[in-house]
Amino acid sequence: MTEVTAQNLTKTYRVGEIEVHALRGVDLKIEGGEFVAIVGPSGSGKSTLFNILGGLTPPTSGTVLIDGRDLIKMSEADRTLLRKTTVGFVFQKYNLLPTLTGADNIEIARDIAGKKGHERDPQFDETLALLGIASRLKHKPRALSGGEQQRIAIARALVNHPALLLADEPTGNLDTENSTAVLSVLQGLNKRLGQTILMITHNPEAAAYAHRTVTMRDGRIV
Amino acid sequence: MIYRLVFENLKHRPVRTLLSVVAIGVEVTLILTLVGVSRGVLGDMAARSRGTGADILIRPPDSAGFTFSLTMPEKVVNVVRAQPHVAMATGTFVKYIDSFNSITGIHVDEFNAMSGGLKVKKGRMFQAPDEIVVDDVYAKQHHLKPGSTTDLAHTWTVSGIVEEGKLSRTFGDIGALQQLFEARGLVSTIYVKLDSPANTAGVKDDLQKLLTNYKIDSIEDFVSLFSVNSVPYIEAFTRVVIGIAVLIGFLVVCLSMYTAVLERTREIGILKALGASPAYIVGILLRETVLLALTGTVVGILMTYGTRSLMAIFAASMPQEIVPDWYLTVAGIALAGSIVGALYPGLRAARQDAIEALAYD
Repeated sequence: MTEVTAQNLTKTYRVGEIEVHALRGVDLKIEGGEFVAIVGPSGSGKSTLFNILGGLTPPTSGTVLIDGRDLIKMSEADRTLLRKTTVGFVFQKYNLLPTLTGADNIEIARDIAGKKGHERDPQFDETLALLGIASRLKHKPRALSGGEQQRIAIARALVNHPALLLADEPTGNLDTENSTAVLSVLQGLNKRLGQTILMITHNPEAAAYAHRTVTMRDGRIV
Repeated sequence: MIYRLVFENLKHRPVRTLLSVVAIGVEVTLILTLVGVSRGVLGDMAARSRGTGADILIRPPDSAGFTFSLTMPEKVVNVVRAQPHVAMATGTFVKYIDSFNSITGIHVDEFNAMSGGLKVKKGRMFQAPDEIVVDDVYAKQHHLKPGSTTDLAHTWTVSGIVEEGKLSRTFGDIGALQQLFEARGLVSTIYVKLDSPANTAGVKDDLQKLLTNYKIDSIEDFVSLFSVNSVPYIEAFTRVVIGIAVLIGFLVVCLSMYTAVLERTREIGILKALGASPAYIVGILLRETVLLALTGTVVGILMTYGTRSLMAIFAASMPQEIVPDWYLTVAGIALAGSIVGALYPGLRAARQDAIEALAYD
């Protein structure tokens, strides 16, 4: 099943009186269970594509379907629902809430999705086992290493079983050892649980963990 | 879960949280202290009026409210004494010095007979024309003891301290006061004690027929005037203070939440990326606000016990009542001011662009 389809996708920003064409007609297909890396230089449109696919900003034109839902027709409230139920984010800076423990950072994502209580979730238990963070969940982010924070961020992104996991430079702030660990986790999640993953990276070594690599330049896929 | 986030957010900035709670507490204390002092002062005046032991009081024509500034001929006292059921009657002369101070001239024997007697706690009853006695509250507030002098439109020597609770806080000989303040043969009020309180209504009617234009009240009717609702300026003043208090709460919470929203820009972006709706984000801030307002209310209520102690030390003649029947009202006022204060920061947070918020450092 195709998880993501983008056809002739464009995004134009207006900065003052200047129009910036961030995406100039992107065509992309990601099948369910695929692990795709997007690479490209700064300003190539990678982050804009990430933001559109994550429902953080609307596209200007074209078609973009995620899990069968067309983003071009979505209102702000629809995109909020999409983020809640269909996509999960992993950011370069981890973006954990600093006042909450690791466990609570995961729980808040469940709360936002409207899931109350602590019902059993065997699939998520398997995810946690893969991430290897069970002993670190009671700590707040300031007491965790970068690698631990990123693995908790991955757990948070997956707790609501999103159709698509979007990762933006997930190893950008990590040393080699932790980068390898995080990339292995992403690969494991993809292989063992069939999680569809789209990862943006500058790093060719990181991109090598994906099934395929898509290169962007000047707002287009090349 | 959301409450844990709310609680952790408040814990994360303890000084800001503490300042907000204290500021809301001050708002609450301001209102409760004003209401408590209003009630305390009026209640004290009512108790002292009852302390005369009289059933009826007569004031000169055109008297209004509970002022005693006008005078009438002292011979009216004898007319009153001659009426059926009147057991005793005595005239008093009140000299107002300023808004907070007055001196009351009495016939000691008559007043003692009617009221059960001024109980001298220190020193002795006045004897010379320039001697007065003051009650213990007045003595404490003005640091007076027997032998001290005090200036109340005249330099008086305090001959003794009497127990509080009977008519006035300062007493002198009525003859001396009449002479000093050029009011010979004049009195401000006539207090009347009947053979039975059951005759009050009848005697009052008879006296009113006899002294047509005079202001004649039963003590209970007169005492009923000592309520906040009967004193328009207290009600208006209370409203003004409530308004100022609400403004304080509004500004403090608005500033506190505004800085919180600015500081948490990135966190708001994270929540939005996780799919939090604007209502969810506003809900977090409102819950924090409600928690601050309720904690501030409790702190404010506790602080009123402190203000009551301070009033007892520095303004003993203005007793402060504790007013539990106002707790819900004041909690509502604190909540309303705080919630309105949180609205702008809340809306700002809800409208924040997720991408910009996530890029915020």
